[in-house]
Amino acid sequence: MKYLSVIFLLALSGIACAGVEYRQFASPEQQEAYENLTSELRCLVCQNQTIADSNAELAADLRRQVYEMLQQGKSKQDIAQFMTDRYGDFVLYNPPFKLKTGLLWIGPVVFLLIGLVAVFLFARRKKTNATVEISAEKQQKIRSLLEEGDQS
Amino acid sequence: MLKYILPLLLFIVLAVFLALGLNLHPSEIPSPLIDKQAPAFSAAKLQAPEEKLTPADLKGKVWLFNVWASWCASCRSEHPVLNQLAQQKAAIIVGLNYKDEPEAAKGWLAQLGNPYDVSIMDQDGRIGIDWGVYGVPETFVVDKQGVIRYKHTGPVTPEDVQQTFLPLIAKLQAEN
Repeated sequence: MKYLSVIFLLALSGIACAGVEYRQFASPEQQEAYENLTSELRCLVCQNQTIADSNAELAADLRRQVYEMLQQGKSKQDIAQFMTDRYGDFVLYNPPFKLKTGLLWIGPVVFLLIGLVAVFLFARRKKTNATVEISAEKQQKIRSLLEEGDQS
Repeated sequence: MLKYILPLLLFIVLAVFLALGLNLHPSEIPSPLIDKQAPAFSAAKLQAPEEKLTPADLKGKVWLFNVWASWCASCRSEHPVLNQLAQQKAAIIVGLNYKDEPEAAKGWLAQLGNPYDVSIMDQDGRIGIDWGVYGVPETFVVDKQGVIRYKHTGPVTPEDVQQTFLPLIAKLQAEN
């Protein structure tokens, strides 16, 4: 019972923390754009949260900014551009592919390739090690032992 | 032989990456506003709310734009440094009183001294957004043409003043 109430309180705390903001949208598309944008923009104070998730004051201000710009009929691209003009590519959780962000995008593929090559080389080496030459004398002995076993 | 060299190589690579990681400052986000025209604003002055200040008023002058607030703890540690810098009269210091209560801000200046030639109010943080402010204090250096030339995030230390701000201001003062 004690555990249950603790779990219940913990569940409640999540509701209490989430910044409750009531926003009215002209259309479902606009609401969708708002939700997409706020979950793609980084909160620069906390850095590992989107502005939709963060309770930081700056995140609240940026959510307001996104909302107001949508109300003014600005497109998602316009708003993303507005944010990068001020905060740089870092504000985007989905950074554009540029020379500067190249390593970020290509890095995982490069590491995967390195891993595959390593596995391939390793596996091939194992196989060559496995083939051990057995002299004719020993083969003769093996054969005679096997035959003995068959007879008994 | 490779059996011994390979782990060593891996270790060196890992160590180099970790060492680089330790010396990064992820909280310092490079500003895309460097070498761009200072974002426009027209904001009420803290000490004289009926008067407004715009960047155009500062054309032809080198100025610092320092973002501060009475609720900001690191601003308190930065404040004596700014007071000292103000005494040298190297450049105009404009304060952006960011998301603050005017009364609290005025009390703060009365208590700790006022290094600002003028402070303007940004109670809802909109000027802050235009300037890409994400952590208070922040300090921008703007040249005579109204172009942002440098941005410092976090409290300015006496070393920063000597090594970065004063040389840069002297250089900008010499420009036309």
